[in-house]
Amino acid sequence: MDTPQTGEFAHIGKSVVIKGELSGSEDLYVDGNVEGKIELRNHSLTVGANGNVKADVSAKSVVIQGKLCGTVIASDRVELRKTAVVTGDVTTQRIAIEEGAFLKGKVDVEKESGKAAAPSSS
Amino acid sequence: MASVSDNVMKFFRRSSSQTAGEPALRRSSRRSSGMGEISRLLNSQEGLCVLDMGSTSANNIRFFTGKGHKNYSEDLLFSSLDPALRIQDREGNSVLDSKKFLEENLVYPNAHFDIVLCWNLPDYMEEGLVKPTIDRLWSVMKPGGYLLAFFHTRDAGPDSICYRYHVTDSDMLDMQEVKFAAPGRPASEKQSPRLQRVFNNRHIENLFRDFASIKFFLARDAIREVLVVR
Repeated sequence: MDTPQTGEFAHIGKSVVIKGELSGSEDLYVDGNVEGKIELRNHSLTVGANGNVKADVSAKSVVIQGKLCGTVIASDRVELRKTAVVTGDVTTQRIAIEEGAFLKGKVDVEKESGKAAAPSSS
Repeated sequence: MASVSDNVMKFFRRSSSQTAGEPALRRSSRRSSGMGEISRLLNSQEGLCVLDMGSTSANNIRFFTGKGHKNYSEDLLFSSLDPALRIQDREGNSVLDSKKFLEENLVYPNAHFDIVLCWNLPDYMEEGLVKPTIDRLWSVMKPGGYLLAFFHTRDAGPDSICYRYHVTDSDMLDMQEVKFAAPGRPASEKQSPRLQRVFNNRHIENLFRDFASIKFFLARDAIREVLVVR
């Protein structure tokens, strides 16, 4: 299980089902089902391998190992690991995609200054 | 009457079961005149919308977004294998529901894309989906937009390898063999899609008859590149 490096983070376990709006001021690891909206302005979201998120996401960085259906807006970075299944549009400054990841949607990479930034692949 | 799984399995080559210790997927590279033409367009304008209809490719996303364009990914060949698309026609034959396929895929506003990369999709997709897909692409492309497609020539045998294409330079493509598991099969049984048909030039011209112009590029390998203008 690839959990965030920061010392404190909230954890939604794989048996948990949440419908609604989630917001917070700490990192979040989702291994359960979340439907609605997730807003973590200056923090990171990780969707674990068992995670199933049907929500629009706004965070500083987003790491996806499981399923995500919705728009993703990351002010810094998005990572799609090899088990990621993403359906939706992604807007970020940087994106890394592992071989095997599935993406159906738009990728819009732009720096804060408005200039495009080159993404990387793992 | 053939089962759904039988109808799906005909899209895969017989000899390609994935087993432990099997060599890595074949890769090679080729120069692409069609991609070269598209690169000229990419370098001359900013903020173009590009639709990549092959497997998700980090290379391609990097290539297009690195130049300041928006990249859309949609693996239509994989989507066409969804068993939920199978219906029976009046004669009881199992066919793909093209209406449902287009309700779930290629859902974009009209005149949205500047560039569409079809790659080898028409050669490997079930017949009933090919024309409806091309018609939908006509709708979602901007006038003057470019569409690039690859078609096998008659020299290609039925076991021609299905490749996915990664753009590595303005006119260079990295070709990687495609293998995926049929729906309902475990990942350990990944197989290669089977070439469904070989179009002749007349068929290709008919397929794109609603487009403004068509240009053929012939190469030494058994592939014709076709660059079409909306």
